[in-house]
Amino acid sequence: MTPEEILQGLYDETLVGNGPRVLELTHEALGLGMEPQSLLFDALIPSLEEVGARFERGDFFVPEMLIAGRAMAGSMEVLRPLLAETGVQTIGTFLMGTVKGDVHDIGKNLVNIMLEGAGFEVIDLGVQVAPEKFVEKIQEHQPDIVGFSAFLTTTMPMFKANMNALQKAGIRDDVIVMVGGAPVTQEYADAVGADGYAPDASATVKRAKELLEQKRALVSA
Amino acid sequence: MTEKHETVLRSASKEVVIGHGRRFCLIGERINPTGRRIFQEQLRNGDMSAIERDVRAQVEGGADVLDVNMGVPLTDEPDLLAKAIRMVQGLTDLPICIDSSVVEALEAGLQAYEGRALVNSVTAEDDRMELILPLVKKYDAAIIALPNDADEIPMEADRRLELVQHVVDVATGEYGIAKGDIVIDPLAMPIGADTTTALTAFETMRRIRDEHGLNMTCGASNVSFGMPDRHSLGAAFLPMAMQAGLTSAIMDVRTPQIVTAVKAADLLLGHDEWGGSWITAHRARQAAVAG
Repeated sequence: MTPEEILQGLYDETLVGNGPRVLELTHEALGLGMEPQSLLFDALIPSLEEVGARFERGDFFVPEMLIAGRAMAGSMEVLRPLLAETGVQTIGTFLMGTVKGDVHDIGKNLVNIMLEGAGFEVIDLGVQVAPEKFVEKIQEHQPDIVGFSAFLTTTMPMFKANMNALQKAGIRDDVIVMVGGAPVTQEYADAVGADGYAPDASATVKRAKELLEQKRALVSA
Repeated sequence: MTEKHETVLRSASKEVVIGHGRRFCLIGERINPTGRRIFQEQLRNGDMSAIERDVRAQVEGGADVLDVNMGVPLTDEPDLLAKAIRMVQGLTDLPICIDSSVVEALEAGLQAYEGRALVNSVTAEDDRMELILPLVKKYDAAIIALPNDADEIPMEADRRLELVQHVVDVATGEYGIAKGDIVIDPLAMPIGADTTTALTAFETMRRIRDEHGLNMTCGASNVSFGMPDRHSLGAAFLPMAMQAGLTSAIMDVRTPQIVTAVKAADLLLGHDEWGGSWITAHRARQAAVAG
C-alpha cells in the first residue's frame, strides 16, 4: 500500500470502527517509516471529526461513535510513546470528570479521545466525581484545564458546587475551568463562572486550545 | 415464596395500585424539561402552558400516573415544582410522581400535593437517604430507590441486589417505611452504549421480584437512547422487562406502539382477565376511526 492508501484506509476503517484493521494499518504505516503525527492529524482526527459530524446530523448512532472512538484509541496506544519520542509536545494537561450524582460518560469519553488526539494529556476521573475529589486531583496533577461534564439539568448545579470548592481551596485561579454536556449552554456556563464552554467534542478541543493560548499570553506578558 | 408487596398511590380522588400480578402501571415521563430547550425557556419566563398540553396527551395516551420534573437551571426549582404540581392536579385526577434531585424541591412538591405521591428518587447513599426518607415518612408517600451509591452504578446484578438490601434495611429499619412503599429502579441503561446492559437489568428485576417481592419502575426511554427507531426498542424492552418482574415504568405513553405492546404483555402475563381491557381498547380505537 502507498502512504496515501494507508491514510485513506485509516480514515475509512476508523469511521466504521474496525479496531483490528486500524491497528494493522497503524503498524504497517510505521513499518513504512510514516510519521506518527501524520497518521494522527491526516487520518485519525479527521475521521473522528467526521464521526462527530455524522452523529450531530443524526446519521450516526451511539454504538458507532463508541466503536470509532475505541478504534482510534487502539491506534493511539501505539502512537502515544512515539509521539512523545519524536518531540511532539503535550500541549497541555486536561483533567476531566462527570460531576457528582451523574453517571453519564459517553460524551465525556468522546471529548477525551478528541483532546488526546489534539495533543492534550488527559486525566479522566470518571463519573460521579465529588467537588473534594476535583480539588484533590487538581492539587495533585496541576492541570492547565479542568472539565466538568453533566448530562442532566438536575446535576448541572454541581458545576457551581465545584467552583465553590475550588474557590475555597484557593485554587480557582490556578486552572482554566470548562463545562459541557447535553443540557449545558453558554449562558449557564457564564452563570456559574466557568472560563469556557463548548457544545460538542471538536468545539471543545478548539476552545481548550484558545483558552490555553490566552492564559499563556497573559502569563508571559 | 416471597410475599409480593403492593404500592398504593392516590390523588385527591383516585387510587392506583402497583403490584406483581396486576396491570402494569404506566407513568408518563413527558413533564420534564430535560433536553427540551423551548420548554425550559418557557418555564424560565413563567409560561407553563406546555404542561397543559403534556397532561392532556399523556392522559389520552393511557397514563396511570404522571411524573412531574421541573429541573430548569437558574430557576427556583422548589417554587416551580410546587406550582406545576398544583397545576397538574387541577387538570387531571391521576396521581403524581414527584421528580427532583433537589431535596427542597421534593419537600415543596410533597407539601403542595394532595394525596399519596411517589417520590423520584433516592439512591443507596446514606447521606441522601438521611435527607429524603424522613420526608417520605412525614408526607406518607412512596419512594423510588436506585441501587447505586457514590462510587458507581454497579454493572453486576449481585452488587445491585446488595444495595437494594441496604436501602430496604435502612428505609424499613430506621425510618419505618413499609416495604410496599419502596419501589426499586433496577437501572435500565442505554443499550447503545453496551449491548449487555438489558440482560443485567432483566436479571436484577427477576431477583428483586423473587428475593424481595418489591415493586419496580425504571426510565424505559433511557434504554433506546442514541439508537434509531426508539419506539420499536421500547415496545420490545417493556414486555421483556414485565416478564422479568418490572411492575411499572416511567415511559413514553404518547406513542401507541409502546403502550399497545405493554397492554398486550399485560394480557399475555395474565394481568387482564378475559382480555377485557384489550378488547375495550380495540373497540375504542374502532369507534375513534368510525367517529
